[in-house]
Amino acid sequence: MDSVYRALADIVGEDYVSAQTEELFTYSKDLGTSEPRWPEYVAAPKTADEVSRIVEMANEKKLAVVPLGGGMSLAGLALALRGGITLDLKRMDQILELNEQGRYMVVEAGVSHGKVTSYLHKNAPHLMHSEPGAPPAATVGGNLAIHGQGDLAHPYGFNSDMINGLEVVLPTGEICRMGSCALGNDWYTLRPLPDLSLFMGWSGCTGIITKVSLRLFPCKKIQEQDVFVVENENLVPEILFKLTHVGMAEDLVVVSQEIPPPFNRLHYILINLAGDSREELEFKRQLIFDQNLAKYIQEGTGGIGAAGQDIERPVVSKTSDWRKGGGFEYVGAIVPVGFYPEGFRLGVEISARHDIPYTVLGRVVGCGHSMMFSWTYAFNRADEDTVSHARQALHETDERVLEMGGTLWKPAVFGQKLVMDRMDANTREVMRKVKTLLDPNGIMNPGNWEVA
Amino acid sequence: MLQLDFDEKKCLACETRDCLTRCQYMDLDAEAAGTEIQNLINGTDTRVLHDCRTCYACEEYCPMDNHPFYLIVSRQEELGIAPLPDPIVKQGIQMGIAFRGDPEIHEVNGPVLNMGVFSPLTRLARGKLFEGLTLISTDSRKMHHYFCQLMYLHFARTSVIKDRLPKVMDTIAAHKPTEVVHFHDECYGTYTSFAPAWGMEVPFSSIHLFEHLYNRLTELKDEIRPLNYKVTYQRPCSSRLSPDKHRFVDKIFDLIGVEHVQRQYQDEDALCCGSTILAQKKPDSRRFCLNQQKKNIEDMKEAGAELCIFNCPACMQTIGKQVAEHGIMPIWMSDLCRMAIGEQPA
Repeated sequence: MDSVYRALADIVGEDYVSAQTEELFTYSKDLGTSEPRWPEYVAAPKTADEVSRIVEMANEKKLAVVPLGGGMSLAGLALALRGGITLDLKRMDQILELNEQGRYMVVEAGVSHGKVTSYLHKNAPHLMHSEPGAPPAATVGGNLAIHGQGDLAHPYGFNSDMINGLEVVLPTGEICRMGSCALGNDWYTLRPLPDLSLFMGWSGCTGIITKVSLRLFPCKKIQEQDVFVVENENLVPEILFKLTHVGMAEDLVVVSQEIPPPFNRLHYILINLAGDSREELEFKRQLIFDQNLAKYIQEGTGGIGAAGQDIERPVVSKTSDWRKGGGFEYVGAIVPVGFYPEGFRLGVEISARHDIPYTVLGRVVGCGHSMMFSWTYAFNRADEDTVSHARQALHETDERVLEMGGTLWKPAVFGQKLVMDRMDANTREVMRKVKTLLDPNGIMNPGNWEVA
Repeated sequence: MLQLDFDEKKCLACETRDCLTRCQYMDLDAEAAGTEIQNLINGTDTRVLHDCRTCYACEEYCPMDNHPFYLIVSRQEELGIAPLPDPIVKQGIQMGIAFRGDPEIHEVNGPVLNMGVFSPLTRLARGKLFEGLTLISTDSRKMHHYFCQLMYLHFARTSVIKDRLPKVMDTIAAHKPTEVVHFHDECYGTYTSFAPAWGMEVPFSSIHLFEHLYNRLTELKDEIRPLNYKVTYQRPCSSRLSPDKHRFVDKIFDLIGVEHVQRQYQDEDALCCGSTILAQKKPDSRRFCLNQQKKNIEDMKEAGAELCIFNCPACMQTIGKQVAEHGIMPIWMSDLCRMAIGEQPA
């Protein structure tokens, strides 16, 4: 038994550490097209203190540490590119506090979004949080580490805009708090202290998020989804502009995909509405359909595809069923809403070249300030040729999106390099300084966001 | 080229012109109706083509056994007057495209129950009432091979139905059924009304679900325990294509001991569920649809209905939730019948 294993076992207990091949195998893989990358150890800490001790030990031994939440990023962001220790944070899943009047809850970062939703449904049904489009197993900390968005993105922005405080274990092992909680106060605000938001969007390269104060929002009694359909992609931005002006929706998502056939070359604008009464919902529908979208209906360019249906969260993982073999990965980018037509055509073009049914999706972030756009490519896990095509399609998309002025979201290492190559030199230097300052030994998720 | 079996002389001989004078959505007297019918026959533009809500009812109202509704939707297509916006038409037409390979065909050489495009509802066709029937189209990945296509009447796309229907009929016939019970009115109407009206030969004989249920309930009469509910029935548009089968609704209700409450919007005066009207291009269609639904459900409540019986999945999806929110339980006809013989509803 080697000294690292023994040290990990001393910290987390024998049951929560492994160097067995069959267990490391699980952690060597990602759901996307990334090649397997094996860690040497996996440990599952229960507390921030255990995380801290592991990181201190890793610094001493110059071992890589890769924090892992739900493992849903698809882009290989939690693969052990340089070996070392994969820290599986899913045991840190406690809900520590619910403040109903203040509309926030404090959770451990390994808690899944599904558990948060379930907890609120049971204990505070009048409150909700912004749940991402990922499967419910996605963790709160993991989602923040990639600047995720969820089903309240239209009114409230990125999920990382919806926090009131953070606890982080720094790459050198110190446990550090941000926001009102840093003063020993309750976890009710991240502002107005000097900005130290150096941990979100870094994929764990600057520290390990261990606690989060999540903002909660009113959860209305009735939640339904309406659908507006157009054929001309050029109409999508102006329709979204109207919808964001009205401001009645909780979520605005546009989907177009080749399979199943009803979606092919059509654009489904999913409009999630909520109300405490039928009257409230009808008021919102009048503003949306009878006033703002009536023009399209009467001229025949747009139509109500459905009204009042149960909300079905757009789960891109369904795309994995488009071809035999069950694999998929997507490129995500934050783009202006006006980018939608070009983004759609790009997806159709690249998909056709690689013989993959096209799937594109855009979710409005904020009041039309931007859109998370995704291009999804399905592949057969058992067929290396299709995996290779998907990988090429992803790389081409990364390059084309940047050429078109998009900003890649949670890019894989290939995309990270493209981003940093294009980045303003001074900004890139700030990134390097931050990383060097916080992580002098370069142990945190190495291989990601490395400034050359 | 298929020709509609439409005899304009019958219209000229018609005194009532019920097809248009009884229309729930147009206000026409007999004289104005005569002018509009002539325009329809001539293939010239008429307000009928713009005001039609595609409720199918004129097929039932016609006292001359002509096909006014099929003529209206054909003219709409010829003149490019679609009642629905273009993307909704495209969406609908693409919905009928089968895309996951061919279905497995097993020769039955006996009676079958055709689920059509409602494979996910196969759970409804269980128990004693369906014994002896082999279900076809039970795989939701392949169900579009059994899709009767009649929905495209709402889209003014008769051409799509005529184009696709022969292959669908071949698929059903390949099972070698001795007779086909159709789960949905729309399928029954397709094979007993639309196809013959357009001179298409149907290679199997069809039975309406309600006739089948009535016959099975009669066979199981000793097991029936009266349910004693006050019920109403949401009549679907496609039921207008087989008005002779509508009588089985009351026959079933009588047999299982439920009271069919009398109300304004029932039988020939039934109101459309609004599924299609909601999306139509005519100004204020959405609110018009809501008002229709409100009138319909208020009428059910005032009549004292405890249950609302559905057979059409589109009707159930469109107003089932609203009906429930008004304190009336929505329930499938097959489930009601199963309850009457002591079985659990699906």
